[in-house]
Amino acid sequence: MRKFALVSVPYFWLLILFLVPFLIVLKISLSDTALAIPPYTPTLDLAEGWAGIKAFFAGLDFENFTFLTEDPLYWKAYLSSLQIATISTTLALLVGFPIAYGMAQAPDEWRTTLMMLVILPFWTSFLIRVYAWIGILSTEGFLNQFLIWIGVIDTPLIIMNTKIAVYIGIVYTYLPFMILPIYAALEKLDNSLLEAAEDLGCTRTRAFWLLTVPLSRPGIIAGCFLVFIPALGEFVIPSLLGGSETLMIGKILWEEFFNNRDWPVASAVAVVLLAILIIPIILFQRNEQKQREAGK
Amino acid sequence: MAVPVFAPWEDPTQKPLIQFKGVTKRFGDFTAIDNQTLDIYTREFFALLGPSGCGKTTMMRMLAGFEQPTEGQILIGGIDMKGVPPNEREVNMMFQSYALFPHLSVWENIAFGLRRMGQPKDELEARVEEMLRLTRLTKFARRKPHQISGGQRQRVALARSLARAPKLLLLDEPLGALDKKLREETQFELMDIQEKTGTTFVIVTHDQEEAMTVASRIAVMDEGCVIQVATPATIYEAPNSVYVADFIGDVNIIEGAAKRAGTGYEITWAEGEAPLHTRKEEGEIVAIPEGGKAYLAIRPEKVAIHADKPQGVANAVQGKIIDVAYLGNLSTYHVRLANGTMVRAQTANTRRLALRPFTWEDTVWLSWTDTAAILLAE
Repeated sequence: MRKFALVSVPYFWLLILFLVPFLIVLKISLSDTALAIPPYTPTLDLAEGWAGIKAFFAGLDFENFTFLTEDPLYWKAYLSSLQIATISTTLALLVGFPIAYGMAQAPDEWRTTLMMLVILPFWTSFLIRVYAWIGILSTEGFLNQFLIWIGVIDTPLIIMNTKIAVYIGIVYTYLPFMILPIYAALEKLDNSLLEAAEDLGCTRTRAFWLLTVPLSRPGIIAGCFLVFIPALGEFVIPSLLGGSETLMIGKILWEEFFNNRDWPVASAVAVVLLAILIIPIILFQRNEQKQREAGK
Repeated sequence: MAVPVFAPWEDPTQKPLIQFKGVTKRFGDFTAIDNQTLDIYTREFFALLGPSGCGKTTMMRMLAGFEQPTEGQILIGGIDMKGVPPNEREVNMMFQSYALFPHLSVWENIAFGLRRMGQPKDELEARVEEMLRLTRLTKFARRKPHQISGGQRQRVALARSLARAPKLLLLDEPLGALDKKLREETQFELMDIQEKTGTTFVIVTHDQEEAMTVASRIAVMDEGCVIQVATPATIYEAPNSVYVADFIGDVNIIEGAAKRAGTGYEITWAEGEAPLHTRKEEGEIVAIPEGGKAYLAIRPEKVAIHADKPQGVANAVQGKIIDVAYLGNLSTYHVRLANGTMVRAQTANTRRLALRPFTWEDTVWLSWTDTAAILLAE
């Protein structure tokens, strides 16, 4: 009984804070827009009893989802989001792995400090950090000033309001999520395994590819998902750093909700986004599961 | 027909496989190995024995190439190993933790070293199968390391390190993780495999019984120095120092002043007690300065215990039984002599426990022959 009570806590939490809100969003996505508060119909009127419930369900349809397939804007935004998330994740891996590797190789007494440095950006507001990048990347920004000053370029680079700025923003923001799981995997790596590989005729480089990389794979996969999943629905970074040509579904969603006040279409966009995200989330969970089993 | 005794270290025409020449290894201020010279011969099963921190693992890691000597030279097969990385040495090592690759199957673990040699596929497969048979692992070839038992993992580690047919195999505490019974079985297996493959084995261990069982010669080490290198029998019967005598097996040490007496020595050890006598076997030399401080080392099993004063023995001392340790097959009597020295005497329990002739607080006589004890200077 006590065990049941303990187990039920996280499920209860999920029910209240995840499933119920999701059902509400799902319901809105099946509704129609209306000039009302809230801005959609039908609303459930329990005072009318059974007839009210029947009328409520009769008012729901898949019109908004059909609309998403008709306007190319949406599927283009989804595709573009997937592309940006994939490229950002790859870049974050390329930057994050060497950092995690360096941390794992560092002397013990440095590791805590290095870990702190990786987490340090979280101490400042995410929004402020993204704004700071505007100051760095804009035409008159620090980066251009610096490059012109050392004479690498004559005219300022146009980085701000391009996809490149979005990549920089995403990689910068989510890098700790890439570094930490990879570092955790690399730190556990027994150094005698690498010595054994060397002893059995491997060069150090070869031992790295044959042992370090495959053995840190669970960490790499975890890191990639932790970057990919939030990057896919990212809204703040493309709005602030990306230009008008940067199409991301998070941004569309925001515009539908707040500019168009079309809650039903916005909800439909959110539901589809969740459906897309569920695939990598399930894959991620299976990876974690496998790792746990292997660890036993 | 007499089987020729394997003793290349006694043959001056033999060239050693491994030569340590004045090797010193320092880690910062700490001297792990202090100017050591040591020869190990082909086909030897050589044990480096000592307490933890004595430098035995450092010696081994220098052979494997993971550490470079600070001073001196290490030669393997007559070639200076300076600057030769581990992957280019014909030396393989079995790690204490086994260091099996967790993401590879038993088969792939064994094949790992062979793949680096670029062998043709069929040769490689044949060699892996051979190794699996040698270590009786054929049934487990497809399993991952975490799916097999500790003893099996130990055999995978051995098979993997032997697969490349190295000139020299290094074993770092190879049986440390196994329980006693399995350890004893595995010791004989190791000796068997060593004989079959004809590989030179160097084993690092802190377990003197293990070293005695498997090794052709043992180097007893302490604080970065090799104290004695000899066969197990010599180490046990004729240790060159109190340290070695004490480290290997059980020993009674009686301190006294030595004086030459005929072919042997007379040791005055306590006032009012008859001096003890010791005589050396032929060829054994002890250099004890006349009247100098000396230590008499006697193994407990060489001490006999009597109720009455024995007649016609070289050494007899009286004492009181303080403690009796019953070990099943053996009993060890802890006897306190008149001057407080504790001497242990060990007897085989050939009779049932109830018939034991001596017990606590009994006054008894201990005796040993004049060749049983070894006189040591330090």
